[in-house]
Amino acid sequence: MVDSSRKDDTGDVVLNAPRSVWDLFLGFTWLAIQGFGAAAPVAYREIVERRKWLTPQDFAQDWAVAQLMPGPNAINLSLMVGDRFFGGKGAFASVLGMTCAPVLIVVTIATIYNEFSSIPMVAGALKAMGAVAAGLIIGTALKLLTNTDKKIFGTALTFGMAIVTFILMGILGWPLLWVLGSMCTLGTLWAYSRIRKLRHLGRSTT
Amino acid sequence: MSWTLNWSDWLTLATFFGSLSLLSVGAGALTTSTQMYQFLVVQKGWLTASAFSTSIAIAQASPGPNVLFVSLFGLNVGMAQGDWVSGVVALLTATIGFLLPSSIFTVYGTRWVRKYQHLDWVRAFKIGVAPVSGGLLAAAGWMLLKPAADGHLDWHLWVLALGTMLLTWKTRFHLLLLFAIGAAIGALMSMSL
Repeated sequence: MVDSSRKDDTGDVVLNAPRSVWDLFLGFTWLAIQGFGAAAPVAYREIVERRKWLTPQDFAQDWAVAQLMPGPNAINLSLMVGDRFFGGKGAFASVLGMTCAPVLIVVTIATIYNEFSSIPMVAGALKAMGAVAAGLIIGTALKLLTNTDKKIFGTALTFGMAIVTFILMGILGWPLLWVLGSMCTLGTLWAYSRIRKLRHLGRSTT
Repeated sequence: MSWTLNWSDWLTLATFFGSLSLLSVGAGALTTSTQMYQFLVVQKGWLTASAFSTSIAIAQASPGPNVLFVSLFGLNVGMAQGDWVSGVVALLTATIGFLLPSSIFTVYGTRWVRKYQHLDWVRAFKIGVAPVSGGLLAAAGWMLLKPAADGHLDWHLWVLALGTMLLTWKTRFHLLLLFAIGAAIGALMSMSL
């Protein structure tokens, strides 16, 4: 299961494997505490470039699958990498690495904040940080929508579906299950029919 | 807070986070936060609107995956019981409840998807879910502005959110710098009021 040294297609990069589940735990702990916001760049640098646990091709494939699965993408990637080398035990060690140290850090920060939240300046600062977080999340959503592959869904359709979803969830307050059930079904069926149509016309869909 | 959680409430808390776990598709945990607001803040009153927004802000500004705002939700719900033990138990309930179902699904589902990810249906799902995920993420951000503005429309906060949105969308401005600038503006504003 564990091949300790592998080569990629060009034959000049020797890959490593994590030596133990403990190695996985420490690797993902280090990865997690470096990650602010977007996880993919940090994960790539650590897993592919520094530790050489995966080839760039393996990483790209795993990241794509991680995005398909429910749950946070970075957590999913850690589960997949852990599972690759040490099965369920490895997946468990990796997800613990991703969460244990960061939970302690985030709880410490929250506790310190609660201690000082009666000071108007601290309360004001955190209120403003809430607004920054809101802008950051909406900005990330826009970035995500701008950067999707537009071969199957064009810009208008992508943003149109996003706006409908936004209204259903954020304004009308529909339950998430209804929103996902209707919009994801619609989106998947629509994408499927467009893939088939483009292929029928003999155009590339990838 | 005058309410206390009984056993069925603890079970409700665990099953609530567990049920949202498998619904967090695409952009991750934040896409489910609007539903968490509706349940924890509006329906149950277990979490205050300001604790909701500060939890997300702190998790975003801290190292580690963003999903840890869920841990802080749990911590806040538990700490309102008045002791640390409840806080820690609720933190673990929320975090494990939210991560366990999707983790199991991911580990077992990965093998299948690796094999079939070039099938048209799998590709169609990925393409079809992306705009929905973006819309849900935008709704999560929108939700955060409501408690942050606290009833009365504080235009400073709207401008700050709008500026951050544009910087995030159009530039590669570092996230920590954005939070530092925001915190400084917020602190200065509270002095002048």
